[in-house]
Amino acid sequence: MAESSADVTGWNQITHDWSADKQTFEVPWGKAMMWIFLLSDTFIFSCFLTSYMTVRMSTVEAWPIPSEVFALTIAGAHIPLLLIAIMTFILISSSGTMAMAVNYGYRGDIKKVVWLMLATAAFGASFVGMQVFEWSKLIEEGVRPWGNPMGAAQFGSCFFMITGFHGLHVSAGVIYLLIVAKRVNSGFYMERYGNLEMVEIAGLYWHFVDLVWVFIFAFFYLW
Amino acid sequence: MSDHTAETTHHPISTYLWIWALLFVLSAFSYMVDYFNFQSYTRWTLILIFMFLKAGFIVAIFMHMKWERLALITAILVPPVALLVLIGLMSLEADYTWLTRTIFFIEPTAPVGHH
Repeated sequence: MAESSADVTGWNQITHDWSADKQTFEVPWGKAMMWIFLLSDTFIFSCFLTSYMTVRMSTVEAWPIPSEVFALTIAGAHIPLLLIAIMTFILISSSGTMAMAVNYGYRGDIKKVVWLMLATAAFGASFVGMQVFEWSKLIEEGVRPWGNPMGAAQFGSCFFMITGFHGLHVSAGVIYLLIVAKRVNSGFYMERYGNLEMVEIAGLYWHFVDLVWVFIFAFFYLW
Repeated sequence: MSDHTAETTHHPISTYLWIWALLFVLSAFSYMVDYFNFQSYTRWTLILIFMFLKAGFIVAIFMHMKWERLALITAILVPPVALLVLIGLMSLEADYTWLTRTIFFIEPTAPVGHH
């Protein structure tokens, strides 16, 4: 090769990366595969959100107003979407601690990586806990996948499917983070690979879960 | 690969703290859209602006996409554009379903056939 891959920029870089006789993505294979998995997950969540759009647009019954359905009354004050707002801030905070864990991973500061990952997992677990509270509150109020007292029957199936699938991702993420944190702590990754790239790959997954929540928050709770 | 790694991984922690704070502010703004009860096009526009800003910062900074090579960026970010076609088709379909439901299910006793 006449030129090293670092010298080429812009669209020439794409041609260079795809047509040269070498691996296309200059990242660790685990990272490329995690990105491709996340791309496929993007399509799954998009299918859920698009079908939610379809049933909400096509129903002739009134759609339950999320602002009121998810309101909480605390000390006599009626606050719309309070729990959802708290859940949003918690998930963003977990993304913040995860991003810092990845950064310390590249500095080789194992102690900080482990603590920040445990903090991330704790934020994630509390998010799932609040979701359980929210689900049981709605179930108590008579919301079911096939109907609810507030309006269009499709509301329940969209709510349980979308937040349920997201909650499943968060729960799986918490377990994933704990396993990776344990292996960082025991020195497993440093021994086997000599680096902490696995932390960055776990981070990609975790940020994606936060990313999906951004879209659910906008389209399901605020729209 | 080492030059790439060095470029993508040695940011000061403050970068992440700033983005974290920014995401907090943007989330607060989108919550305000509901709290102050904006409606219709104002509401939808504000929701979308804050949503895309938040999503952009998460992908670009937290997920390090800003520092990846263009081959990976395009491989991941271009395919979701196909979803616009799905959304377009499904909204046409939903409009049609709504129309037929309105005509046949809502007012079965209304006079028909006069237009």
